[in-house]
Amino acid sequence: MATSRKKQAQARARKKKVRTPGLWSLSDRIGVFLAWAAGLSLCVIAAVITLFMAWKGLSYLNLDVVTQSPEASLEQDKTGGFLDPIIGTVILTVMGAAIATPIGIGTAVWLTEYGRPAPLARFVEAGVEIIVGAPSIVLAIFGLLVFQQGFMAPFSFTAAGGEVFGRSFFAAGAVMSLIALPFVVGGTREALNSIPKHVREASYALGKDKASTIRRVLMPSARSGIATGATLGMARIAGDTAVVVVLLGASLQLAPEGGLPVIDVLKGTGSTLTSYVFQNSPAGEGNAPEKAYAAAFVLLMIVVGLNLAVNWIAKRGQHKWV
Amino acid sequence: MGVIDEEKASDNGYVPPLRQIQVGGTTEPISVAERIQEPDPLLQQEEVPYFDDTQPEWFEQIMRTESLSISFGDKKAVKEVSLPVNAGEVLALIGPSGCGKTTLLRSLNKLVDLTPTAKREGRILLDGTDTDLYDDTYLRRRVGMLFQQPNPFPMSIFDNIAYGLRERGSKRPRKKELEPLVVDSLKRAGLWSEVKDILNQPALALSGGQQQRLCIARSLAVMPEVLLLDEPCSALDPISTSIIEETIVELKDEIAIVIVTHNLQQAERVADRVAFMYLGDLVEYGVAEQVFNAPQAERTKDYVRGDFG
Ligand SMILES: Nc1ncnc2c1ncn2[C@@H]1O[C@H](COP(=O)(O)OP(=O)(O)O)[C@@H](O)[C@H]1O
Ligand SMILES: [Mg+2]
Repeated sequence: MATSRKKQAQARARKKKVRTPGLWSLSDRIGVFLAWAAGLSLCVIAAVITLFMAWKGLSYLNLDVVTQSPEASLEQDKTGGFLDPIIGTVILTVMGAAIATPIGIGTAVWLTEYGRPAPLARFVEAGVEIIVGAPSIVLAIFGLLVFQQGFMAPFSFTAAGGEVFGRSFFAAGAVMSLIALPFVVGGTREALNSIPKHVREASYALGKDKASTIRRVLMPSARSGIATGATLGMARIAGDTAVVVVLLGASLQLAPEGGLPVIDVLKGTGSTLTSYVFQNSPAGEGNAPEKAYAAAFVLLMIVVGLNLAVNWIAKRGQHKWV
Repeated sequence: MGVIDEEKASDNGYVPPLRQIQVGGTTEPISVAERIQEPDPLLQQEEVPYFDDTQPEWFEQIMRTESLSISFGDKKAVKEVSLPVNAGEVLALIGPSGCGKTTLLRSLNKLVDLTPTAKREGRILLDGTDTDLYDDTYLRRRVGMLFQQPNPFPMSIFDNIAYGLRERGSKRPRKKELEPLVVDSLKRAGLWSEVKDILNQPALALSGGQQQRLCIARSLAVMPEVLLLDEPCSALDPISTSIIEETIVELKDEIAIVIVTHNLQQAERVADRVAFMYLGDLVEYGVAEQVFNAPQAERTKDYVRGDFG
């Protein structure tokens, strides 16, 4: 008993010794404290946002609002739900990712595995960087310019005067794919770069050429990196407002154009959760704040879900070479 | 290998001629200085000077390099190396790190050519034919390679082995057709009993030693005539190492093996012949026992003694 207490005392003394005062200078300690405080307040802010949105959102969320189409009305009770915006978000997200993924993979493979001609590769890299940095409203305006050209007529509707409208799911989806593209390129490149050189060489050593090595060895190895990039891109698309406002128009409901199934929807205008929240928030005109809160909560859940998926994919898909 | 008949061996310092049957264990270690003074052994086509009934194995030269030099930019990594590789034997490349062992090995299946800065002079012959006449992919099917790090592909065990057998294009052989070859390769690599029930599981879930044997099986599946090993055990534990060494010794009857190792004990355990390199030069080449026990060149003596204490 006595000896154990002695030991404890010794242990305590040793601990004390480690925490010698003066080991850290005052400015260091203030710095650490500030960093610590900043991290903590970020956590608090994130928690407050989530809890507030959950409280507001859940109190207005019900089956009706997610299954009914929106209606124009000055009275909040008669504004319906936001089924169409949910569909709009899903369409744009899937479309953007579907366009961005193959292009992004191709770009990343070319940059990482070939990289020639070198000046062109550097140019493309710079291009991707610029897209990352560009505010989406800039991309949106540019997209509008492109899709209002005469030859883009098949992708939106043409007004009586022959003017191409330039706003549709096609137009918005194409520009959204630009927003997702850097994520796919980045995810794929990172995955390819993490594959050791000797794995490629092992394939060459079996008498395989570069094309089969890329197809059969590198692509399976990079799969989770690609999925991670595409999912991050989808989260970005789901949360973007500027492109929707400029390029999708602001029709409350899906507004199909032309007679073909599916194509008519894509050719027409619509809305997404982001534009719906914007329109119906106190800042917009719809003046249905309760619906806006509920829609914002659904949007938040979608984005959080996508980010959780990213973590899950990244954890599951890791290939470890010795 | 039997004991060397030193008296007889010492008076016929010859370089094995190309495409000529030759008896194992008779080549004495020759320093490069001596070799260069000799007339070109290829032109000479001298008769096999020595025959020993106690060593009844016949060795055929499957590969050789002729005055092979490789440089990376200004740096010469391999200098004027002429080295034969015999079928049915294990040839060990030894020498201090950075002396060009890996570079020499990787030149044999032209992996060096993938390095943009690498420049090659001299010839590499496979079965008497200049390898420059072959397509790289064809050469690499005949000369397989195993790497320092086990590197299975991120696919199932079966698919790893089958990968080399599957051709591009529409005519992909079906699993059933590939199965006998896959099984055979795994058996030859000594891995079959451990994986026969888990062929469809990911190869990267295997242990390091198993992964390396899987890589051996993967190489064997394409039926190479030469197998190049670059320090294949340096990432493995002692038990896996000895299993791989056993596999190497078993395989040498069917396939010529060139192994780079910085572990002299390992070279002694597995090698029939040894080539000692120093700063890009081939300093000494000969029968393993002789290089280890009676090295001719001073550098070899220093290196071998230094390592054996
Ligand atoms: N890809 C390369 N680029 C430039 N120099 C290289 C390259 N590979 C090897 N070298 C150089 O060639 C020499 C021999 O290297 P290496 O063959 O790896 O030696 P070892 O395998 O005997 O340790 C070293 O000096 C190394 O720096
Ligand atoms: Mg090496």
